[in-house]
Amino acid sequence: MSFFSDENTRLAEEIIKRYPKARSAMIPLLHLAQEQEGWVTEAAMAEIAELVGTSSAEVLGTCSFYEMFKREPVGKYLINICTTMSCALMGAADLMQHAEKALGVKSGGTTEDGMFTLEGAECQAACTEAPCLQVNYRHRYRVTADEFDAMLAELSTPDPGVPEHGVLSQIRQHIPEKNTVGALPPEEVNAPPVWLNTEEDQS
Amino acid sequence: MSEMLGTEIAHAAGFIANETPRIVTARFDYEDSFTLERYEITGGYQALRKALQQAPEDVHKEVTNATLLGRGGAGFPAGVKWGFCPPGVWPRYLVVNGDESEPGTYKDRLLMELDPHQLIEGCLIACYAVGLSQCFLYVRGEMAVAQERIARALNDAYEAGYIGRNILGSHFSVDIVLHWGAGAYVVGEETALIESLEGNRGMPRLKPPYFPASIGLYGQPTIVNNVETLSNLPWIIDNGADAFTNIGTETSPGTRMVAVSGHVKRPGVYEIVNGTTTFRDLLYGQDMCGGIRDDNQLKAFVPGGGSAPWFTPDQLDLPFEASQVGPQGSMLGSGAIMVMDETTDIPAAALTLTKFYAHESCGKCVPCREGGTWLEQILRRVVDGRGSRRDLDLLIEVGETICPGDFPHAAVPSKGIEAKPFPYKMTTICFVGPSAFAPIHSALTLFREEFEAKVAGNDDRVLIEVPVNV
Amino acid sequence: MSDSVPNEVSVNINGAEVRAKAGEMLIAAADRAGVHIPRFCYHERMSSVGMCRMCLVDVDTGRGPMLQPSCMVPVAEGMSVDTQSEDTKRAQEGILEFLLVNHPLDCPVCDKGGECPLQDQTMAYGPGESRFVEEKRHYEKPIPISDLVHLDRERCILCDRCTRFADEIAGDPLIHFTERGNSTQVLTFPDEPFSSYFSGNTVQICPVGALTAAPYRFKARPWDLDQVESTCTTCSMGCRTAVQSSRNELVRYLGVDIESVNHGWLCDKGRFNFEATNSEERLTVPLIRDPNDERQLLGSDWGSALANAAEAILDAGSDGIGIIGGSRLTNEDAYAWSKLARSIIRTDNLDAQLGDGLPAELVHSLPPATIADACEADTVLVVGPDLKEELAILHLRLRGAATKGHTKVVEINAAPSGCEPYVERAIRCGSGEAAKYLGEILNSDDDLATRLREGSVVAVVGRSSMAESDHSSIAVAALIRDELPHATFLTALRRGNVRGALDMGLAPGVLPGRTAIDNPSSALDDIWGYTPSMKGLDTTGMLQAAAEGKIRTLVLLGADPLSDFPDRNLAAEAIQRAETVISLDNFLTASSAQADIILPTTAYGEQGGTTTNLEGRISRLTQKITPPGSVRDDWMIATELAWRLGGDLNLTSKEQIWREIEQVAPSHAGVTVERIMSEEAREGILVQESSVEYIFPSVQEPPIADGYGLRLISGRKLWDASTTTSMSPSLRPLAEAPVLKVHPTDLQRLGILSGSDVRVISTRSTENLKAVADESLERGTALLPFNQPGFGANRFIDATAAVNDIRIETL
Repeated sequence: MSFFSDENTRLAEEIIKRYPKARSAMIPLLHLAQEQEGWVTEAAMAEIAELVGTSSAEVLGTCSFYEMFKREPVGKYLINICTTMSCALMGAADLMQHAEKALGVKSGGTTEDGMFTLEGAECQAACTEAPCLQVNYRHRYRVTADEFDAMLAELSTPDPGVPEHGVLSQIRQHIPEKNTVGALPPEEVNAPPVWLNTEEDQS
Repeated sequence: MSEMLGTEIAHAAGFIANETPRIVTARFDYEDSFTLERYEITGGYQALRKALQQAPEDVHKEVTNATLLGRGGAGFPAGVKWGFCPPGVWPRYLVVNGDESEPGTYKDRLLMELDPHQLIEGCLIACYAVGLSQCFLYVRGEMAVAQERIARALNDAYEAGYIGRNILGSHFSVDIVLHWGAGAYVVGEETALIESLEGNRGMPRLKPPYFPASIGLYGQPTIVNNVETLSNLPWIIDNGADAFTNIGTETSPGTRMVAVSGHVKRPGVYEIVNGTTTFRDLLYGQDMCGGIRDDNQLKAFVPGGGSAPWFTPDQLDLPFEASQVGPQGSMLGSGAIMVMDETTDIPAAALTLTKFYAHESCGKCVPCREGGTWLEQILRRVVDGRGSRRDLDLLIEVGETICPGDFPHAAVPSKGIEAKPFPYKMTTICFVGPSAFAPIHSALTLFREEFEAKVAGNDDRVLIEVPVNV
Repeated sequence: MSDSVPNEVSVNINGAEVRAKAGEMLIAAADRAGVHIPRFCYHERMSSVGMCRMCLVDVDTGRGPMLQPSCMVPVAEGMSVDTQSEDTKRAQEGILEFLLVNHPLDCPVCDKGGECPLQDQTMAYGPGESRFVEEKRHYEKPIPISDLVHLDRERCILCDRCTRFADEIAGDPLIHFTERGNSTQVLTFPDEPFSSYFSGNTVQICPVGALTAAPYRFKARPWDLDQVESTCTTCSMGCRTAVQSSRNELVRYLGVDIESVNHGWLCDKGRFNFEATNSEERLTVPLIRDPNDERQLLGSDWGSALANAAEAILDAGSDGIGIIGGSRLTNEDAYAWSKLARSIIRTDNLDAQLGDGLPAELVHSLPPATIADACEADTVLVVGPDLKEELAILHLRLRGAATKGHTKVVEINAAPSGCEPYVERAIRCGSGEAAKYLGEILNSDDDLATRLREGSVVAVVGRSSMAESDHSSIAVAALIRDELPHATFLTALRRGNVRGALDMGLAPGVLPGRTAIDNPSSALDDIWGYTPSMKGLDTTGMLQAAAEGKIRTLVLLGADPLSDFPDRNLAAEAIQRAETVISLDNFLTASSAQADIILPTTAYGEQGGTTTNLEGRISRLTQKITPPGSVRDDWMIATELAWRLGGDLNLTSKEQIWREIEQVAPSHAGVTVERIMSEEAREGILVQESSVEYIFPSVQEPPIADGYGLRLISGRKLWDASTTTSMSPSLRPLAEAPVLKVHPTDLQRLGILSGSDVRVISTRSTENLKAVADESLERGTALLPFNQPGFGANRFIDATAAVNDIRIETL
């Protein structure tokens, strides 16, 4: 039984082909796995190991290094409240406190209905719009307590316009077969690219 | 493109236009700034056409002459960095560092979200000039919208023949691959970025070699450039190096994007003239931040992203010029200023940064892994009122194992403290460990009395934290 | 520098000028100059990672002193280094304080306590006290990460040595850093244990007590240990070891780093099989078969047992004797038996190999290579056993050389091997047809043909499958000799001191010192007085003769033909038919249990002397413990028998034996006892001379398998039912039950489900076995490991056939 769906297996192969070495596809494939299941399962890691030609332990090593990969199920919406300096100066602690109360979970927890996971996060690159948060990595700026409550209500509607956790970019890069250069393993490329004046090489 | 764009995005949140020459933010005023159509009708991809008419080495020369300093933090001239590729070693790669995560910083996110084609054109120019045969555009994982905008831009540019095989009918062929990060600050360090791109844990590589230009991705020569740096290239090629160097100072030409956040009236990202704009201009200028919120007093500001030693009002008149900021004890870093007004609890503010760097330590080298967390634990104790005077010294002593010797700091004329210039020594592999110490050192040096107030009354016995249910 | 030597630079370390190799790391240069820089993550056989920061020293390259990690800084001309500066000391103290911040300091209950680099360096360079009062990291401790290794993450200082070893050296990246920052920890993937053949090395190189070995845990404290240096004889690689005992019991082997052979590494079999020497199952007194009850063995005394043995030898007469085995013996023991057989018993029926090797004359006549030659050759051509299974450290050396790009390994084999991950090319051939495939390549326009003909070549040649005769290996050797005259050889032979035994003449037709039987040295003639003039029988010949009743007394010199000879039927018939079987052994094996007279002998660790590895490298064995009961060295038994046979070997001690060897064995002339006792012998003394010639027989291609049969392929596994493994409690469970592997298409054709039991039929036997599908095999072949617990493939094999076919059916 393979972990990836047929469509995702095809996508995985397409992604691997973009890189000179298959292992480079490891993080994109972990994202793909998380997109499929909402989190990264052991079966996913084992299959990715096979796809990129390494051991499961190596995939676990990479996967566990990066915070976005969840190795346990999380809520449909992951709410990350920024707690770093600019947001902290502008009231992040109050926002967190409010969020914990509103959701009835502590930071790190998931609501019983599996809808929301609340996390404190480090700088989200929206420092001038403090305090900010992200819902499944989509920003909300200058969030007040009321706005937070309104956001929860909005996210509880059937189609709030935020994809479920795991889906990151809703647009995939597609490199058309007809004009791709292709990725050769570096050991198979020994010459300068054709557009280069080779005299430059001798300098 | 019929593909759905995903969620609606608040337009240009945070960007504030002013009278400065606009080099990289010129299109930010358009609602559709990120589309190929807008890019093309505003002169987009003309620089690429112009570059393709020239010999690659001439394009390289133009960039070198422009003295385009890297905008990622280290400020190394891009043209010189490109020249570090060892001759005769192929293939060479371009890796775009879009993993912007330095506290306070978010110019690259705006450039990726609002003008992705400008970045793509910059990548193409760099690849053409240096003979880089593949480009990897590494975007921070948590920037879903930037990923969507870039994915769409790349798809459109491929369709239009700007990327791929025989670009615009020339011999120039290159693929640009969008790569997502997955949440690790340290990956912004260029060797960690390469590790991550190879599918590994994003841990910085050992130096030497000092530049990936000699040994980088897959051991091949690799240019790692910041998003803002590359976004400058179309303008430089369009307008020429001379036009670029006419802006700003001789050592720091052009403009820079700077994010000013915290306790100012109009926090925002500004494109400013490099080298001449002062911190006072930025914080108090009416076309910029317009002063401190509620007209409070300025207490301190972090001038160059979370890892920079802090400044106080005494340094307000320094210009945004590395050669002047360094001797005064700090650095410009990634173009981010965080402002603290008189109401700020300084030890707590320092903790928000120390906690960040301790959390973001990759764990590779001992001083950062162990020391960063330890510093956080001590400082937290102090902030919570459970610390002792001894802890204040301990903070410095522990920090000195990470950064032996004098640590840079600003002058405090009122206390008779003289500035200690940049840089510092370090026992770590990269700057994450020292960055955990920098806010502590600054805060303690500039505002020791606030720390003493926190521990006042506590005796010098160390309070032992007793864990529950161990 | 006026006295500059190419590739050398001059560095000032603590005020003294030191010559260093250009490009080497500062820490290595300091080591050679006798300046110790403390370190945790640096290991001279692995790449530098610069993680622990313990080796920071003040380095001045003209811009003032700067703290630099000496494991990462290459030496440069004029560099000035201070390893004792104030800054260095402060850094060392600080780093140690950091390392201890989360270390549990449970030294009193830690195996590493007393020999712990963290403990030792804390004493030498540490701050004296810690200012850390917070709660330390906590993890469940210890957790088994494999059957042999336990991990205590609280003790771990995250130096990356074990994980680097697993990935870089062993090629088994089954342990890895997980999590990040202060939560970083070493772990395996869930349900995928660190089952590497080399896992024990991680325990040895762990600079703290984070990794402990199950067979050693809580067995001893370092200060109770006594240690000697010796050489491993588990296989013919000859790895250098440290043998450690406590209270006259072997408790641990460590790898010793020598450049020529093992680089400090050991395989887990060689590392942990000391348990066999300590086994309760050891034979401690002579046994003789009960004259009243054939099924019983009775304890005896040496006098009676030796008298019975001598009588059986005398009765059988020179032609009626066969002596099988000897590769367990030291060189000196082997010499004594060679001398006994030829000069006193007057037979040439003797063979250290068990029908699973190559003719001794061939081994002696091939142009020799060293392991180092192989690691630097343009091409290493492996046509032999699966090196990972049978010569594990040779596999490790070749892997290292191949992954660093120093050599390219090409393998020709009928079944997939453990070397495939790093070979440049794995050429799959039909069983017994390696020469044909190699010939085709050499005569093609393949780039490989050019490289083989024009570049340096080391051929590793041996018997890849027990189910094919030695003809295919001989054909390969003949082809290489003819087509690639510049190639040199490593012979991949089975069992520890097989090369030494052959060198001592424990093979028909060859005398000590690699001379032919018709060409004895004059010294040998003088001292021995008699040597047979006719070449005797090899093991197969002796077993056939015994089965036919022509050989009446069989002597098994530590040999177990029922388990190890490829043809169990023939071995069984021979042992059955022989009137007297005399066995010299450590244990009751399948064969020795059938013997009439069993003489218990000393085991590894209980005997001194020398051993010779596959290169012909002689190194020293050191006795560490006194043997149990009344067991004797094999050479002593030989002298006793000689005396009882009316002769005198005139051998009085191992040292005296070696002096005689040095005199009579032309290839060993000059290898004096003094040299063997010297420091030089740590790397081993390489002996490559030989005067033996081999006349290649004409070899026929093996018959084509019929449509119903599957061609049987059978090699040995590292973890099998061999004596030392099955007598080591920690290792015994590692040997898997035998399964027959067949290509799924073949199974399908026969209507057999993978994983089900099948009937396996050969000309020799019909047995039931589990069959599983394996796509990596060629169609028409069946793979069965040679000697797994409960079943040996030798039940199916006819030793006289060039190849062996089996048929399988559903039950």
